[in-house]
Amino acid sequence: MNVAQNIADTAEPGSSELDRLEALLDQVTDPEIPVISIRELGILRDISLAGDQVTVTVTTTYSGCPAMSTIKADIRQTLSAAGYEDVQVKQSLSPAWTTDWMTTEGREKLREYGIAPPQKSGEGHCAVISPGTAVACPQCGSEHTECVSEFGSTACKALYRCLACAEPFDYFKCL
Amino acid sequence: MNPNVNKQYLVNYVIALGDDSLTLGHRLSEWSSNAPFLEEDLALSNVALDFIGRAMMFYSYAGETEDAGRGEDDIAYLRDCREYRNLLICELPIGDFADTIARQFLVDNYDVGFYTELMKSADETLAAIAAKAIKESRYHLRRSEEWVKRLGDGTGESHDRIQRAFNNVWGYTHELFEVDKNEQSLINAGIAVDRPALKADWERYAQSVLNEATLDTPDSQWSIRGGREGMHTEHLGYLLAELQFMQRAYPGLEW
Repeated sequence: MNVAQNIADTAEPGSSELDRLEALLDQVTDPEIPVISIRELGILRDISLAGDQVTVTVTTTYSGCPAMSTIKADIRQTLSAAGYEDVQVKQSLSPAWTTDWMTTEGREKLREYGIAPPQKSGEGHCAVISPGTAVACPQCGSEHTECVSEFGSTACKALYRCLACAEPFDYFKCL
Repeated sequence: MNPNVNKQYLVNYVIALGDDSLTLGHRLSEWSSNAPFLEEDLALSNVALDFIGRAMMFYSYAGETEDAGRGEDDIAYLRDCREYRNLLICELPIGDFADTIARQFLVDNYDVGFYTELMKSADETLAAIAAKAIKESRYHLRRSEEWVKRLGDGTGESHDRIQRAFNNVWGYTHELFEVDKNEQSLINAGIAVDRPALKADWERYAQSVLNEATLDTPDSQWSIRGGREGMHTEHLGYLLAELQFMQRAYPGLEW
């Protein structure tokens, strides 16, 4: 499930205003990983329009993610700058976010930024990384890497080290 | 909500779950900038955030259900010790790193069992919170379990200290598996987790990890209880004094 499908389910076909809203919201990025948008991260769950009121539904990555209040403020600010005054930002709990909702282009942007993207699971349910899972170095591509710490600079990342090129890097954990 | 469910019992239950999360999250946050090394500092702080995030979700749901004008901040900041309903193990001081890891492993082991069951709750919000929390708790458990093994099967010093930490905390684990009649009525309604039923698996898993860590499972002759009735250790007052200071001194303060 992704946002495009959600919108397709609820919106009139060819609804250009929702397309415009989606494009606007695609400018809202994760404040801690500014190369990836909330749509690419998979936390933008729904956009709906009733009269002049826009309702944006987002979900958190981890329960205590401290970026959420900034993200909500950024959504309001972005839409307000585009002329939408009546904006509701709702936070949904269920279904729980999974890194499987991260888009392919989002993963590629992470890698270019120096963060190893999460592995994609087969069945839409991704267990936490298991020891022995090969994580490729975002710098040199080697899978000869080791986990230094289960947590990196944020709750969603783990700290790794590449044994081939010796660079440390963050791995966006599979959840 | 199921009309046969006593609303006050549900509110109390949800607040108690929030209290477990907040007190333990606050304790873990005390390691921020004080942990043995940088990576561990980050890890403990991130685990703390997961618990504090859960507390926010539980309190905000309790406030909505109660419908008496209290929000998550009122519930967290404006109740005294006797109104807190957390399990005592969550409020114990952080002690040394071994004390923190021993407590964390025992709670993570409990949380994995607890949230796995809470995901099946007839209450949709509790089930949704649990579905998020279980992913985090599985990860927490893997980490705390690794530390138990490293410390237990490490040097003589680390072995003795983690063993002592388990001996000191074990008596607080009994109340994890005890419920009163109000909670029992929520269990009967399919909302609350049947905690007594979690005990056998919890013990089995704890023992297997302690064995692998070359540690003895402590003698469980002594036990301390009372958290769910608001009867706390002396430590909770100090925790709340720090946690609540700003709201008490400057009511309604926001930033």
